[in-house]
Amino acid sequence: MALADTRFLPRERFQTLLDALIERGFRCVGPQVRDGAVVYDTVTRSSELPVGKHDMQGPGTYRLEDAGHERMFAWANGAQAIKPHLFPAREPLWSAERGGAGSIEFTPHSAAPEAVAFIGVRACDLAAMQIQDHVFLHGPYPDPGYAARSEALFFVAVNCSHPAATCFCAATGDGPAATHGYDLVLSELDNGFVLSAGTEAGNAVMAQLELDATTPAQTQAVVAQGEASISAQTRSLPSRDLRDALFNNLEHPRWDAVAERCLACGNCTMVCPTCFCHAETEEPTLDGHATTHLREWDSCFTTGHSYIHGLQVRADIRTRYRQWLTHKLGSWHDQFGRSGCVGCGRCISWCPVGIDITEEVAAITGD
Amino acid sequence: MKPVVAIHKFTSCDGCQLAFLNLGETLLELSELIDIVHFAEAGPVDPTAHADIAFIEGSVSTPDELARIQQIRAQTRFLVSVGACATSGGLQALRNGANMEEWIGAVYASPHYIETLDIATPIAEHVKVDLELWGCPVTSRQILAAVRDLLFGVTPAPAQDGVCMECKRQGQICVLVTKGAPCMGPVTRTGCGALCPSFGRDCYACFGPAQTTNCAALARRFEGLGLMPEAIARRFLFINSAAPAFAEAAQAAGGLTKARTPK
Ligand code: SF4
Ligand code: SF4
Ligand code: SF4
Repeated sequence: MALADTRFLPRERFQTLLDALIERGFRCVGPQVRDGAVVYDTVTRSSELPVGKHDMQGPGTYRLEDAGHERMFAWANGAQAIKPHLFPAREPLWSAERGGAGSIEFTPHSAAPEAVAFIGVRACDLAAMQIQDHVFLHGPYPDPGYAARSEALFFVAVNCSHPAATCFCAATGDGPAATHGYDLVLSELDNGFVLSAGTEAGNAVMAQLELDATTPAQTQAVVAQGEASISAQTRSLPSRDLRDALFNNLEHPRWDAVAERCLACGNCTMVCPTCFCHAETEEPTLDGHATTHLREWDSCFTTGHSYIHGLQVRADIRTRYRQWLTHKLGSWHDQFGRSGCVGCGRCISWCPVGIDITEEVAAITGD
Repeated sequence: MKPVVAIHKFTSCDGCQLAFLNLGETLLELSELIDIVHFAEAGPVDPTAHADIAFIEGSVSTPDELARIQQIRAQTRFLVSVGACATSGGLQALRNGANMEEWIGAVYASPHYIETLDIATPIAEHVKVDLELWGCPVTSRQILAAVRDLLFGVTPAPAQDGVCMECKRQGQICVLVTKGAPCMGPVTRTGCGALCPSFGRDCYACFGPAQTTNCAALARRFEGLGLMPEAIARRFLFINSAAPAFAEAAQAAGGLTKARTPK
């Protein structure tokens, strides 16, 4: 079988895909419903997936409903997917212990690589992971923990068939169909999945499954579904480099208006799959003999983020929101050669007051 | 010589002192590093002892407490207020706008035994406070971190972020976004470990205001969720009614206009 050749996996045989991955030593991490939202966690049975669920998302709101069908992936992303796995929210980096004669001994905490297969990841998250790889792996000081965790991953991507009202990946060019970065990619139809491989590893898994030939009608349905997923997206972001448009408008009154609404809670950055800011803290033992050095997610909205000795650089919410937007969509281009937004819409849905990045950009750049 | 520590109680429920008692074996380890000279709930009683560090639980609510806090300040090097009562008046500060005589009459069988000030106030309104540990109650973790930092000779860094940061780090599902619950997390200081959202309920702000807050924006959101002005005011006043950011938000929301504005 050549890469990208498509085959059909009937719905009732989906379990065989999970079984094949588990047999190969992967822990499958896939979507499931918890507390009224789709989250990613260990899955072993296809019945654990969000079967028949559909999400309604809007600025500051997210609701799951029963859609009355059998589909497993008929929803758009929840708050998190790959990021917490590769870049954990809190991670010990090293510990230090006092030795004799005033010496200190340092021990790095090395993460052991674990074979993990992600089930049902979306194009936007694969694109976001590429950006995070750039940050954590491709600089002069690669992050050993991130590197170890990236080593043994397998991605089963799903082309989005039901984008949420908050999605705009078509505008950023990162979705709704996955074009790279996966081992296997699925398009879900009413009675099963059209799948193809993106890597030899994916091909090998496919070869192990009992698959049917794809019919022309199925191929057509996949194309139609993909087109519908693009035209269903109502939000958008200008696809051009917004760097100058943003930096030329640093005193735009809209920054004041958004600061009136913004809580500086940091939710937008916590759920953003490309945000990578972190803080480092010390956790000493009570006797003061040893300490653990921790890294945890930080945000440009926190007080600590722009504190340098004796000075709070961004003391108000206006400058913090402006930092987030001008970095994400502006100076990100200088740093990483693209915008930091993959159009996943999470920052819109999970903002407690429903601030909409696409609306703010349009107001500030006049687009 | 080990640093001398005293733990004093003012008007409070004793819950914050449990942050020490709940340490279990760690309390023994702690007692090897410090000398606890006054801690009535646990045993040692010496209220007038000089201390390097004094932890104060409770608000100033009685004439006796007015004098006692001055005495303690005079005999203490580093004074730490612990918990909502000591840092922002606590639940009992909710009485500040009410008619005290009426309330005492309604609550107590023999009101003439009750000797109380008109209002309950945080420790910092009376003496200089060197460190505030927020929470209702504070956690053992906060206490230990503060003591450890002081033993190192550094000023403990206060928690600054809002609860949302911790909520998301833990991967909890936002109750405001998914259920429309009036969660106070966006304006509340971290420290609890996002306890309420982790049980699917809305934060009620027991750790007081975060360093950066926009209470007006959250109040507007609550209004959008259908809360009446009085209900919004109650969200802000509940536990830390004397915290300026919350008191102002409650007043702006309207409904409860009787709340006393702190100095
Ligand atoms: S900025 Fe918002 S829409 Fe863009 S990638 Fe981040 S969370 Fe998604
Ligand atoms: S934009 Fe929304 S999510 Fe982000 S900090 Fe402001 S209020 Fe919080
Ligand atoms: S549940 Fe509350 S604390 Fe958690 S993110 Fe939502 S608003 Fe913030």
